[in-house]
Amino acid sequence: MKRREAIDKLTGREAYIDDIAIAGVWWGCTVRSAVPRGRIRDIRFGAEIDWSEFVVVDHRDLPGPNQVAMIENDQPVLASDRVRHIHEAVLLLAHPDRDRLREARRAIHIEIDEEPAIFDYRVPPPADTVQHGGDNVFKRVRIDKGDVDAALVAADHVVEGVYETGAQEHVYLENQGMVGYVEDGVVTVKGSMQCPYYIHAALRHALARADNEVRVIQAATGGGFGGKEDYPSVLALHAALLALKAERPVKILYDRDEDMAATTKRHPARVRHRTGVTSQGRIVAQDIEVLLDGGAYVTLSPVVLSRGVIHASGPYHCDNVRVEGRAVLTNAVPFGAFRGFGAPQTIFACERHMDVIADELGMCPLGLRRKNLIQDGQSTSTGQVIRDGTDRIEILDRAVRDAEFHQREAADRAFNSTHPYLRRATGIATFYHGAGFTGAGETYLDSRAQVVGLATGEVEIRTANVEMGQGALTTFVKIVAEKLAVEPDRIRVAEVDTFHVPNSGPTVASRTSMIVGRLLERGCDALCATLGGDWTGDKFERELLRWHAEHPGQELIAEVRYEPPPGVEWDDERYEGSAYGTFAWATYAAHVEVDLRTFGVRLLDFVAVQDVGTVLDEVLAAGQVQGGVVQGVGWALMEECQFVDGAMANHNLTNYSIPSSDDVPPVRVVFYETPYAHGAQGAKGIGELPMDGAAPAIVNAVARATGARPAVVPLTPEVLMRVMGSA
Amino acid sequence: MSNTTTLTLRINDEDVTVAFPTHHTLLEVLREECRLTGTKHGCELGECGTCTVLVDGKPMLSCLVLAAEMDGHEIRTVEGMMIGNTLHPLQQAFADLGAAQCGYCTPGILMAAEALLEANPDPTREQIQEALAGNLCRCTGYIKILEAVEWAAATQRGEDTPPAKESIYGSPHAATKGE
Repeated sequence: MKRREAIDKLTGREAYIDDIAIAGVWWGCTVRSAVPRGRIRDIRFGAEIDWSEFVVVDHRDLPGPNQVAMIENDQPVLASDRVRHIHEAVLLLAHPDRDRLREARRAIHIEIDEEPAIFDYRVPPPADTVQHGGDNVFKRVRIDKGDVDAALVAADHVVEGVYETGAQEHVYLENQGMVGYVEDGVVTVKGSMQCPYYIHAALRHALARADNEVRVIQAATGGGFGGKEDYPSVLALHAALLALKAERPVKILYDRDEDMAATTKRHPARVRHRTGVTSQGRIVAQDIEVLLDGGAYVTLSPVVLSRGVIHASGPYHCDNVRVEGRAVLTNAVPFGAFRGFGAPQTIFACERHMDVIADELGMCPLGLRRKNLIQDGQSTSTGQVIRDGTDRIEILDRAVRDAEFHQREAADRAFNSTHPYLRRATGIATFYHGAGFTGAGETYLDSRAQVVGLATGEVEIRTANVEMGQGALTTFVKIVAEKLAVEPDRIRVAEVDTFHVPNSGPTVASRTSMIVGRLLERGCDALCATLGGDWTGDKFERELLRWHAEHPGQELIAEVRYEPPPGVEWDDERYEGSAYGTFAWATYAAHVEVDLRTFGVRLLDFVAVQDVGTVLDEVLAAGQVQGGVVQGVGWALMEECQFVDGAMANHNLTNYSIPSSDDVPPVRVVFYETPYAHGAQGAKGIGELPMDGAAPAIVNAVARATGARPAVVPLTPEVLMRVMGSA
Repeated sequence: MSNTTTLTLRINDEDVTVAFPTHHTLLEVLREECRLTGTKHGCELGECGTCTVLVDGKPMLSCLVLAAEMDGHEIRTVEGMMIGNTLHPLQQAFADLGAAQCGYCTPGILMAAEALLEANPDPTREQIQEALAGNLCRCTGYIKILEAVEWAAATQRGEDTPPAKESIYGSPHAATKGE
């Protein structure tokens, strides 16, 4: 089955928010702080502008609390008396003419008395920069398994390492955009988003409105990658406030500059490892410290930290594990969700460290991993016993075979010994990714989805999960079509509109196919139960038509609610238990060539082997893997956010490079399919996994090619030159 | 207020007379005055390629050209790709191979690919990579796009051979499952 909306996307008909004509719409824009921290003293409106033409909104226009509802409501919708980061929103303007709006924005001067700010998340904050609690720590989490201190003392070797990963900009090709309008007294926003009900909650809270007085509609979304998880709540509030005051529709579209400067990015991280190993390479103690830069407000940092900490010890069995995690405040533009959500950072450290351990012991990195990979019956750092039947050794061996690891090693050695300046090697990374929300998160979400039997004999899917390029629309249709054995063209998918679809949770965390897809399967069962039998195909349609004939004018809605799989229990105080319903497992291998003249790294080949449970659609799944790998290639080698006073200085695509078509190697994708009993058709999560493995595989390859020990991404030529200079 | 230019533009084989602010780019005029919204804003700097159109058969970044300069030129956009109700071979190949994901870069990439195949009906993988290097995509990792262009080129040459399974799945399908 082809992608459901492919033809619209290929003919230019797909309507993203900027493509939708709205009668009487005005343009909106944001006036932002130019300093990282301080007290707003004065706001001056230039005399050269006739301000009566404009609608101006500030914090006093908020009907409810001046808070963006998120984990902690610490972020103001619009700064009132103080700012905590450059680009913090202070005022909103609207005008019918976009050019005039730009002139007006330039004519506003926000005067701020600066206060001491902190930008380095790695140092303890000086007293005058403490802005959250007593120590700027947003969140602490700790995993304690066994007796790490005793095991470190008893170990034959203790290997230490410190690893750092940089911020990453999402660069969804469609910038953030939102239209606000008031219709029949209902504040409505429409735009590019991943989480309609997060926005719904944010509007209800700050606008002090009831459930049915706010409405959120998703427009076609040109990529998200986490960047449209939390930030659209801010943007939607801005559009809604302008629309309320202007009493007409107002559209805010960020241009690339503003989008890259003012919206969230991946959390920078530093991870320390101290690992006890036996002389034979058995890991007996893991002592890990995870530190995240949260930026100026809490946003999603606590849960990003949580996922990072849980993934920090890697897919290995060890009886003694301690992970201490902290996410701390800096006066940087807040960091937020990005594909992988903390796991890419800690997996990079873990997998790079595995190669360092192998080096120290004089072992083969493959052998070290084989010896320590979790086997069925063993447990993760949180004590979650893995018993899923996945052959993790075979996944590793398959990657080794497909990448021709051993043959290439010999060939590369010969090549490297004769070539004047090129060095080649293969690196690998073995990893896992927990699917769905962490811990009891899915239970708290309490997701609901509907399968509706229409009077036409068709079936309608109603969820709040969005198509953003990953293929959710197609996957949902496929799941229901196969469950009911009806043709895909007999299935409709309701527009994602909070007036018409239930809250099936956010489109994040590799949860959509697995968890919401499973809800749809159960919805089909519930629908059939109402129709009095386990109907499929033509018989199903006949029974559906018969029901409607017997119940004229009524709707046949089957709604189901999430139920946690049996045995999934999580202790959020002690960080013990089933952190995730299931994990996807993978080994990736990168073959690289380093140019010792330029310190540039070129990828020659990439093999991605994974078990994501049942593959629901091979084309879409391979697309997720290839796209995720290439995003990882960018993070590993070239995507460097350069911060000045906590704001990205290179906030355009001239100075921030992402991979282009001539940077990519072949990305060869292999799936193993061990079904997961509680996912749709046996599916596990897939979306984030591919982001985890590319960076460590590539940097391990560079280390093997050069003999250096890089411990940082992005490993730009400049960084590699420094590493090799000190080697 | 700004100066206005009135011009008859030749877009997708049709003459369209439009009035627009003289300083507006071809991208703005296509989207706002002509309501051809398939061509996208992406960066306004000529870096991302989402605004690529064909001007006299050559790919051009419509965010960097003034519409006022387009007198006497032939403009083609994604809306002009279909032949009647039939998809262009590139569109067909992109649909079949899953080469469009979020779809936002797709119109620009189709334009750049069309220009390439017009000039070179049998490009190598490296030539395709080079021709599309100015068109960023953040979803696909480019692999399926490159394969779709190869397949469309084969179709246009009259070779009706579907791509090998490995080009769809990344490795031979029989072995892909791993069992």
